[in-house]
Amino acid sequence: MYGSGILKGLGVTFRHLITTFIDDIQWLGRKRDVEVFQQKQSLANRGLVTVEYPEEKLAVPERFRFTPFLITYNQDDPDYPGKDWCTSCGICAKVCPPQCIWIVRGTDPKTGRPKPEPEQFYIDIDICMNCGYCAEYCPFDAIKMDHNYELASYDRTSTHIHDKARLSREIRYWQSIAPTIAAEEEAARGGYDHTDVQKARKKAGLEPSRPDPLKVKPAEPEPAPVAVAVAEAPAAAPQAEAPKAEAAPAASAAPAAPSSAAADGETPPHPGWIKRGKRWIDPNAKVEPVRRKGKSE
Amino acid sequence: MTDQVLPQVTDLPSTVAALKERFPNAVKDDTRSGYQGVIVDPAHLTEFARVIRDEFGFNYLSSVTAVDYLGHGDHLEVVYHAYRVPSGGKPLVFKAQTDRNDAVVPSLVSIYPGADFQEREAYDLYGIHFVGHPNLKRILLWEGFEGYPMRKDYHEAYYEQETKPFDSRWPGGHVFRAEEYNPFGHNVRYPAGFTLDDYKPVAEEQLQQGMALGVDIMGDPAFRTDRLIVNLGPHHPSTHGVFRMMVALTGETIESLEPVMGYLHRNHEKIGERNTWYGNMPFTDRLDYICSMANNLAYAITVEQMMGNQVSVPYRAEVIRVLMAELTRITNHLWAIGFLLNDLGAFFTPALYAIQTREYILDFFEATAGSRMMCNYMRIGGVAKDLMARIRSEAALINDKVRDMDTMEYLDKLINDRLPRSIDELDELLSESEIIKSRCIGVGLLPAEMAIAYSASGPLLRASGVPYDIRRADPYSIYPELEFDICTRPNGDIYDRYYLRLDEMRQSVRILKQILPRLKDTQGQPIFGGKTSYSIKVPAGEAYGHAENPKGELGFYCVSTGGGNPWRYHVRAPSFINLTPLGEMCKGQKVADVVAILGSIDIVLGETDR
Ligand code: SF4
Ligand code: SF4
Repeated sequence: MYGSGILKGLGVTFRHLITTFIDDIQWLGRKRDVEVFQQKQSLANRGLVTVEYPEEKLAVPERFRFTPFLITYNQDDPDYPGKDWCTSCGICAKVCPPQCIWIVRGTDPKTGRPKPEPEQFYIDIDICMNCGYCAEYCPFDAIKMDHNYELASYDRTSTHIHDKARLSREIRYWQSIAPTIAAEEEAARGGYDHTDVQKARKKAGLEPSRPDPLKVKPAEPEPAPVAVAVAEAPAAAPQAEAPKAEAAPAASAAPAAPSSAAADGETPPHPGWIKRGKRWIDPNAKVEPVRRKGKSE
Repeated sequence: MTDQVLPQVTDLPSTVAALKERFPNAVKDDTRSGYQGVIVDPAHLTEFARVIRDEFGFNYLSSVTAVDYLGHGDHLEVVYHAYRVPSGGKPLVFKAQTDRNDAVVPSLVSIYPGADFQEREAYDLYGIHFVGHPNLKRILLWEGFEGYPMRKDYHEAYYEQETKPFDSRWPGGHVFRAEEYNPFGHNVRYPAGFTLDDYKPVAEEQLQQGMALGVDIMGDPAFRTDRLIVNLGPHHPSTHGVFRMMVALTGETIESLEPVMGYLHRNHEKIGERNTWYGNMPFTDRLDYICSMANNLAYAITVEQMMGNQVSVPYRAEVIRVLMAELTRITNHLWAIGFLLNDLGAFFTPALYAIQTREYILDFFEATAGSRMMCNYMRIGGVAKDLMARIRSEAALINDKVRDMDTMEYLDKLINDRLPRSIDELDELLSESEIIKSRCIGVGLLPAEMAIAYSASGPLLRASGVPYDIRRADPYSIYPELEFDICTRPNGDIYDRYYLRLDEMRQSVRILKQILPRLKDTQGQPIFGGKTSYSIKVPAGEAYGHAENPKGELGFYCVSTGGGNPWRYHVRAPSFINLTPLGEMCKGQKVADVVAILGSIDIVLGETDR
C-alpha cells in the first residue's frame, strides 16, 4: 500500500514520543536525581537522554584530557611543601606538536649551572590541542591533563597564557580527579614520592619513599603552614576563583586547608578536604557522591 | 557480495619488467634506497598511463601528488599510485620528474578523470603545470595568493624554524605570541601586479557572465528565465561546513556545477612536514574529525611500513585497533545517514536518533582515549593505552556513577544489543518511506565505470556496484582473519548509498562480535611494540599506506630522509577526491537534488580542505 512506509516510520517516532512521556511520568519531580540520571544515561535507556548543561553535567572519565597542569607536592607536606615535580628536562616542550610549551630552565645562582627546576613555565592554552603527549611522555609524572573544561573568557592575552603559578596544582588534586591512574603511577614510581626525591633520600640513607603523608595521618587538625599557604596559595588556585581569592583576605587562618581552599577563604568541612566545583570532597576516601533530591541547587 | 578474500595480484614485478621492455628508454626503476616503482619520462607519461590502464588493468588512479626534492636532487617529482579495481593488490607506483624552475608535466585527466582535483592541488601548492588539464587553476588557495606553499623554500607567515621542536621553547623559553611579531595585515603577500582594489573573485565574474548570457530583462517582455548561475554556499547548512557549489541552471535543471573549496584550508601538509613523526598523530584527528580513530590507524600503518622490522604491532593492539576502526565506521555512517536525511528535509529527527546512539560509542572513546572526537589514540607500533578496566569517573559531579561500568560488559551490551537495535530502528524509520524513495531512487547516478575512472572510493564506489574494499583488496591489521562481506549495491544512486551504509554498519557489528572474544582472550597482553622514545627517527625512503576509512580510501604518502621529521607528508583525502565526480553526477538533475547528492557523498570539510 502506498504510504505504508511513511506510516511505519511515523510509528517509530510515535514510540519515541510515548517512551519519553513514560519516562517523564515515572520520574516525576525526580528529574535531577542521581539514580534517574544514571538510568537515563545508560545503554538501556529508550527515552530522552538530554543533559541539561550547565545545571547538569556529565562526569568525565579519569583519562579525560583538557589542558595540562603541573604537579607540586602538597602545601602541607611535612618535608617538601609545595615543591615542583617538574625537573625542566624539556621533553614535554619538545614533544608538544603545536609547540605551545615554553620553559625557562632554572640555574643555580652560585654555580651558574642548570638545576632541575623550572624557573618559568608557560602554556598557551589557545594553541594547546589537548593531545596529552606532554603528560604521556613526561618521565617524572610532573605534568597531567586537567578535567576542567570551562575555560572560556573574554580575553586571550591575559588569561589564556598560563604561567607556572596558574599551572601548578597540588598532587592531591590529581589524586582526586584520577585516583586509579594516580595509584598506578605511584606503583610505577615505587612509592609516593617523586623519583628524584626518592633517589636523594636513598643517598641520604633514608627510606626511599615515604607513604602518602595524607593517607598516614588523616583528618586530625594540625597547625596550618599559613605562611606557605598564603605565599603560594594564589598560585595553585584555579583562575576562575582568582578574583574571589583577591576579595577574600587570603590570610584567613584556614586550618590545614589545601591551597585552593585557602584561596577561596572558605573553611573545609573536614581538614584536608578539597573543593571541586561547588562541592567539598575528601581526596583520600573513595568518593561517595552526595545524593541530591529534586532540584536542590 | 562475496565472502572469500579476493585474489591477490602477485605479478607486479613482471608487469614492471614488461613495461620497461615496452618503453625501453622512458621507464626505469626507482633505485633510491627505500623507494619503489618506476620513474617515467614525462614525454611518454600519457602513453604510459594509457598502456597501464588499457593493457595492464590499472584502471584506478588512487593518488596523485608531488614532492619537492630541494637539496636532494633539486627536482620536483609527481608521484602516482595506480590500482586494479576491483581485484585489488599492491599499487603500481610511477613518478615523473621535472625541473623546479620550469615545472611541466603532462596531465592525465584525459585518461584518469580522477586526477582532476589532485593535479589542480599539486599545481596550487607546488606550481607544477599540467599540460592538457582542462581547468588548471588554484583549488585550495585563492587567486591572490603569492607563491607555492608546499615548496621547501616557501616560508609561511609565522615561520620560525625549519622543523620542530623549536629551539626557542627550551631551555630559555620566554613566551611570545606569534601574532605579536607578525600582525594581521603584514602576514600576506600578493603576486606582482596584484592590487586588492582591482580584485574581482572568479566566481563573481562568472556570476555576471551568467546573468548577462541569458537574461535581458529589459529587452525580453516575456521574461523567460534562460540561464542563471547560482552560488550554493559557502554559508549554507546543506554544505556541511564551508563549501560552495557554483551551479549553472536552465530553469531548475542543472547544466553544470563546479565545486569551490578551500575555505578551511590550513595547509595541513606543510604543518605535517614541520612536525615530528609523532606530532602528526593528533593532527590527523583534525582531518576527518568524525573518524579520528580511523585516521590515526591509517597514519600509524604508513609509518609502520617505513619503520619495517623496528616495530611490531602486538596482537592485542591490532584487536583494539580494529575495534576502534569499526566503531568509528558506525559513528560515521550514523552521522552520514542522519545528515543526509536533514538534507532531504527530515529535519533532525532521524539525525538526533542517530546521534544519540553515536554518543554511546563516543563515551567509550572518551573513557579509553581521553577525548570523544580528537582521540589521538594510535601509536607507531600499537595503541596508547589499554582499555580501562571500568568506564568510570571519580569527578564529584551529581552523576558520579553514571559510567561506573565494567568496560567489557559495556562493550558487550553496546555491540550485542544497543547498536543492532539502533540500526534496525533507523532501517524501520527510513528505508521504506515513500518520500525518501521518491527523492532518492534514480537521483545522482554514478555508473560503475565512471566511479572507477573518477577515483571514487568507499561507499560511493561500492554503491555503484564495485566490490572494492581495501580491508580485502590490500588487507591490513587483522582483517584477513575476520569474517565480513564487502557490501555493494547495484544502482549507484542516493538511495543505494544510503542503504549501503546501513548494510556496512551491520557488517561492522558482525566484525565487532568477532572482536569481543579476541579482546577477552588477549586481556593483559602488551599493546605496544614500537619505540618508546618521544622522538622517533624513520629510515629514509617512501611509503604509501592506506586504509578503508568510513568515507573512503584514506591514504598517507610519506617520504623520510632519515630524520625525525617527514620530508613529505601527503594526505589522500577521500572527502576531497570523492567530490571530483560531483559535477557529473549533478548534470541534468534538479537544483533541489544537489543538496541530497552532496549529502550522499558524505564529505567532511576538515578533510576536503586540509
Ligand atoms: S617533561 Fe615533565 S619534568 Fe620534563 S620539563 Fe616537562 S613537565 Fe617538566
Ligand atoms: S596537551 Fe599536547 S598540545 Fe597541549 S601542551 Fe600538552 S603536548 Fe602540547
